[in-house]
Amino acid sequence: MVTQAATERDVVLRVNDLRTYFQTRWGTVKAVDGISFDLRRGETLGIVGESGSGKSVTMLSLMRLIPMPPGRIVSGSIMLDGEDLLQLSDGEMNRVRGSKIALIIQDPMTSLNPVFTIGNQVSEAIAIHQNIPKRSVMEQALSVLRKVNIPAAESRMRDYPHQLSGGMRQRVVGAIGISCQPQVLIADEPTTSLDVTIQAQYLALLKELQQDSNVALIFITHDFGIVAKMCDRVAVMYAGRIVEQGSVRDIFNRPSHPYTEALLASVPRMEEDVDRLYSIEGQPPTLHDLPPGCPFADRCQYVMERCREEYPTRTTISEGHDASCWRLI
Amino acid sequence: MQKYLVRRLGLAVVTIIAVSLIIFIMSRASGDPRHIMLDDYSTDEDWERMGQVLGLDKPYWQQYLIFLRDAVQGDLGQSVKEGRPVTDVILERLPATLYLGLTAFAISLLVGIPLGILSSIKRGSLIDQIGKIVAMLGQSAPPFWLGIMLIIFFAVAWEILPPYGWDDWNSIVLPAVTLGWYYAAANLRLVRSAMLDVLDSEYIKLARAKGVPYRGVVLRHAFRNALIPPLTFAGVTLGALVTGSLVVETVFAWPGLGKLAIDALFAFDYPLLQGVVIVFTLLYVLAAFSVDVLYAYIDPRIRYA
Repeated sequence: MVTQAATERDVVLRVNDLRTYFQTRWGTVKAVDGISFDLRRGETLGIVGESGSGKSVTMLSLMRLIPMPPGRIVSGSIMLDGEDLLQLSDGEMNRVRGSKIALIIQDPMTSLNPVFTIGNQVSEAIAIHQNIPKRSVMEQALSVLRKVNIPAAESRMRDYPHQLSGGMRQRVVGAIGISCQPQVLIADEPTTSLDVTIQAQYLALLKELQQDSNVALIFITHDFGIVAKMCDRVAVMYAGRIVEQGSVRDIFNRPSHPYTEALLASVPRMEEDVDRLYSIEGQPPTLHDLPPGCPFADRCQYVMERCREEYPTRTTISEGHDASCWRLI
Repeated sequence: MQKYLVRRLGLAVVTIIAVSLIIFIMSRASGDPRHIMLDDYSTDEDWERMGQVLGLDKPYWQQYLIFLRDAVQGDLGQSVKEGRPVTDVILERLPATLYLGLTAFAISLLVGIPLGILSSIKRGSLIDQIGKIVAMLGQSAPPFWLGIMLIIFFAVAWEILPPYGWDDWNSIVLPAVTLGWYYAAANLRLVRSAMLDVLDSEYIKLARAKGVPYRGVVLRHAFRNALIPPLTFAGVTLGALVTGSLVVETVFAWPGLGKLAIDALFAFDYPLLQGVVIVFTLLYVLAAFSVDVLYAYIDPRIRYA
């Protein structure tokens, strides 16, 4: 009971039944359709899924950066540090963004503004969120750049993004993310456009930063290799919902949702020599007219009558590991 | 930055020299000016003497160098029609043209840019619709027709503005609007599409994620990037507005260089016409150069390239 209370206090972010819909010409697209998860201090949660599964919309919803219209957060709550982000005014949300919850964006080549210096862009969040004199803002920006191992940070402050390499830009984006010591840091596929060596360096850096500051990290990716290396827990998304979540160990050892199973089966392995990589048959469903029942049914090798009629309820497999599949009931 | 500016300046000089050469060749190719300057009763001796006075007995390359030397010193020859130095005639008319061109340029920016921004951030709204109409009218209506229409409504029917000439403070309104509208429309479209691109970019998303308020994102982060395409265009615009007012100056009887050029053309006053073209070239190159400087200031990628 004591440990229960302790973990309860450690929860920094609690997302409950979040739904984000988009109005399009073809109807309502339920990009995120009722997801819930907890995130504890210092923990890393991986959100995994293929393109269009709702990972990025989840991330944008957490930041409340969904373009409205056509998007709309229909219901749910996002409790960060005791306050519901969905109840905040736009002005209040601006104060939260970048200070309590921050974002590291996908593509380092396009995520820095080409017409401002690095120093300018790194110091911006600090200047907005911390009421300190300009000189200390610059000092803090410099120390953040040093923290992400930018060599000759002092002179880099005056450089423009096009003068930096891709790996260096990505570290600058990382520096912007941590510049105000956020409680939650969302990394949206932060390494997809980097080569493997730089990627490994960057992941190690993130891990190190996390240990320093105890920030909770959400890792949005489709790379199970990164999940295994970086994450404590995993949430697998399919068609706008979390179909399975649990500790990395649980997910890798006892995948319980057929989709998770299939995803893991399609990860290439070094030690095996196969002619063709495993791939999941069929296409993910279009989200504007989802049939009732499980959206994975059409591609599932275990499909049953019931799967096409009713969405499966969430079933607990073991402590902290649950999945939504009729087979488990 | 310095290297860039020196290169631009060098290009500007080369352009001017090239144009001067073209003008020289064309003026010689268009016939001997003595045919116009001497009447039917002149003798062969008159012809020869006139040739010596004008320097036409010298070889072409010498004539070109003399032309260049005089031009650099501000001597563009004598106007046949007016019997005065071309430079004097041009300097008299230059202020009117600059005044009209710069006012039209200001209109094209002050109307085009704000409307472009507003219609990009409020897509599909009333202001976007108004912007579309302004852009369509400006880009499809030829200036001479637009000018006549404006005269019919504002000068003839409602009698609020003078129809021609430069007598009153409000004389400028109709010609400047006629001249500036097309470029206002072009700027509007450029800014709108550039803004839409920029607002959709990752760095805008990141700026929002830092907690920059929406207004700051639009004005600080997006606007400066969205300025780059219209600025590129402004180089052409400014030159074209200052020099390309031939039609508008004629429609509104505006006492500027454009009208002077037309008059010189009809009077076969080649030295004058040549002078006007040279001044137009200078203005054009000057405008393009100032925009290049501004361009480098706004986009660091150019400054360091």
